[in-house]
Amino acid sequence: MEQPVKAARPVLELNGIHKAFPGVKALADAGLRLYPGEVHTLMGQNGAGKSTLIKVLTGVYTPDAGTILLDGRPVSPASTLEAQQLGISTVYQEVNLCPNLSVAENIFIGRYPRKLFGIDWQAMRRDAEVLLRQLEIDIDVTAPLSRYPLAIQQMVAISRALNISAKVLILDEPTSSLDEAEVQLLFRVLRRLREQGMAILFVTHFLEQTYAISDRITVMRNGEREGEYACSELSRLALVNKMVGAPATPEPAEAAQHAARVLHNEPLLTTRGLARKGVLTPVDITIHKGELLGLAGLLGSGRTELARLLFGADKADAGAITVDGKESVFGTPREAIAAGIAFCSEDRKHEGAILSLSVRENLILALQAKAGMLRAIPLKRQQQLATDYVKWLGIKTASIETPIGTLSGGNQQKVLLARWLATEPKLLILDEPTRGIDVRAKQEIMDYVTNLCRKGLSILFISSELPEVLRCSDRMVVMRDRKACGEYLRGQLDEQSVLQVIAGEGA
Amino acid sequence: MTLPQSRPLTPEPVAATPAPRPTAVALLRHELAKPLLALAALLVLDFIFVPGFFTLQVRDGHLYGPLIDIVNRAAPLMLAALGMTLVIATRGIDISVGAVVALSGTMAAMLIGGTMVIHNGVPEYVAKTPMALALAAALGAAVLCGAWNGLLVAGLKLQPIVATLILMVAGRGLAQLLTDGQIVTVYYQPFFFLGSGYLLGIPFALWVVAAVLLVVALLLKKTALGLFIQAVGINPVAARLAGVRTAALIFFVYVFCSACAGLAGLMIASNIKSADANNAGLLLELDAILAVTLGGTSLAGGKFSLAGSMIGALIIQTLTYTIYSLGVPPEVNMVVKSIVVFAVCLSQSAGFKKMWKGRA
Repeated sequence: MEQPVKAARPVLELNGIHKAFPGVKALADAGLRLYPGEVHTLMGQNGAGKSTLIKVLTGVYTPDAGTILLDGRPVSPASTLEAQQLGISTVYQEVNLCPNLSVAENIFIGRYPRKLFGIDWQAMRRDAEVLLRQLEIDIDVTAPLSRYPLAIQQMVAISRALNISAKVLILDEPTSSLDEAEVQLLFRVLRRLREQGMAILFVTHFLEQTYAISDRITVMRNGEREGEYACSELSRLALVNKMVGAPATPEPAEAAQHAARVLHNEPLLTTRGLARKGVLTPVDITIHKGELLGLAGLLGSGRTELARLLFGADKADAGAITVDGKESVFGTPREAIAAGIAFCSEDRKHEGAILSLSVRENLILALQAKAGMLRAIPLKRQQQLATDYVKWLGIKTASIETPIGTLSGGNQQKVLLARWLATEPKLLILDEPTRGIDVRAKQEIMDYVTNLCRKGLSILFISSELPEVLRCSDRMVVMRDRKACGEYLRGQLDEQSVLQVIAGEGA
Repeated sequence: MTLPQSRPLTPEPVAATPAPRPTAVALLRHELAKPLLALAALLVLDFIFVPGFFTLQVRDGHLYGPLIDIVNRAAPLMLAALGMTLVIATRGIDISVGAVVALSGTMAAMLIGGTMVIHNGVPEYVAKTPMALALAAALGAAVLCGAWNGLLVAGLKLQPIVATLILMVAGRGLAQLLTDGQIVTVYYQPFFFLGSGYLLGIPFALWVVAAVLLVVALLLKKTALGLFIQAVGINPVAARLAGVRTAALIFFVYVFCSACAGLAGLMIASNIKSADANNAGLLLELDAILAVTLGGTSLAGGKFSLAGSMIGALIIQTLTYTIYSLGVPPEVNMVVKSIVVFAVCLSQSAGFKKMWKGRA
């Protein structure tokens, strides 16, 4: 810590890291180099493999292949504790401390300074104050942690990490629940630590903050290291470009014709000033019958939030939705389903699949809810529906009575797609339908979806993968900072300008 | 992948695969296998050590015998366990069952009261309030209790154990307040039929349990109630997004649970011909939870088994009976009960299975 000069050798180096989970390749030849005295940002879209890489680094996962070099020596931490002892500490997004213990206790928990009989409370208090003062924090360390705002709690987590070890500090999305002033406080602390020679790995979604604090950036895409860049040499546009991937392939003529045709269809759904405080600023969009409307933007741009308002998963506090000429605001998903809207959530595990229920039960759930509890779908009909969809969508399952939890991610996603198709919706909202599933299933799902569109179903398609959105959409709305900020017809679609809007440059 | 042309959103029909036939191993793996085996083991124990355990006699046209006695005494617990099963399946819990038992019993006893008057040399029983009205009022109070619980859990999103803790204290408190802490005795003969009468040679209480069980079983079979309860219990967020009215459903199960408890309270009051606000239904909620657990329903919610809970209730009552008949001093009862329960729970524990396999 005494040498604030930039060392020639990286303190931490990851090379050729591979990690596969059943059905998914999470990391393929991923890597990272971290030098002392730098803030290094790890960027990538959802599912790019950032958190898997962090988990490999901190001993949560064991990599299938690859090396981790710490100070030039190969290490293979088998647990977070071991990683900590080696000198790699992590501060997570959700602060994992004990809110009802004092600040000092939180810093030294599990490692209380001892004296002959019991704990040396005085030493602990003194040391805690010293540690925090290093971070320019002056607070009463005997007060319970919960009395302080989240930012301070995060500082406490950081001082705890520093006290344990001081080579590499990993901050996993530390700013997602902080306000602007708190972020500044955090950055001040990070700069100070950088001066002391600490290597800091910063994971975030926010471009703004990346440029405010980082020295270098590693971009990940599809589980691979896309590249390593000095922050000053990478424009925002180039960064987003690298995160989102290669330009789209040329569009087939048939798709262009469809896009031109559906524009003249009557609108199925229009929103007028649809908004929710702190979540979405007023949005006006129109979806035509048989149209596939793409919704692009980074995480937190408001795309999922818009979808949830359309579906009544959250209630809009301003504006209205008109479906087929009928104006309403949906207070519950049930009302939206009755109006012919279906919503495939981005969070398959928590908001989609009901894991210990069977494929059949999962598949008919929405249809049954739409019919009402008292009008039970006869078992024969349920089995028929399930068997048909399993065959039609090529769902790989031992039987329709197999619990959905035992299926692979892609097959679970297909069951959920079938759940919504069974309700015969007019509008299908797909939020990241291809996240976390293998390439083949991805392609299959996108094929079904575009085919359904040709047959008259309207689709609102949300995806972080710009090429995917560009390839499928008849029209596209781009969102940034919780508002819709650009609309593009197919044909007008120009990837660079879309990227500019997403990145917030020019446009 | 080609799409069928006829219907835009639905696939073409394919022949459904028939369900596989159960084998002996599958039967042993059946969810009811363990509770049934536990019950059978107890019965075998009784067969060996309790003379005349399986004798059934017909006296005055009524069926008598230890088995009938056990089932009859288990009736209130079976009712409570029925309601509790649905609550637990939604990932909830209701610890106010005993209090509701006390409250409904007290209300019925106080409203009916009753005296016997000799009218023209013929004894006649007179109730303070018409019995039907009194029973309806007592059950109504129980339903209100359930609505209160449901409101706290489904509406205010309180944790079920905390939400129902309020009524657990308040319900019994209210019952004690109403009775000044005294036992209210009932002298109105027709009321006793509920808890100790016979219909077609079988205790009337059993008919009541059978009727409620039948209604619930029909509801589960003929409506999507079972599917929705499981969906809510396993993943409430996903269930809501699929269009299930989760709040209404949760509200309903708490109302139903309290209604069952209310009915059990009437049964107990009728059986002991009085209402004891201090002791009626005391800790019944814990026995009900136990019965549900013994029956194989996980406290984590989701999959549930009504039949399992009924068997669970019977296990508890048989155990009590066995302990008494074996001449074990009553003060040992609780300890023995806890040991048996511990054994059954261990047999269901995944962690224990792992440890066991690791050793072997």
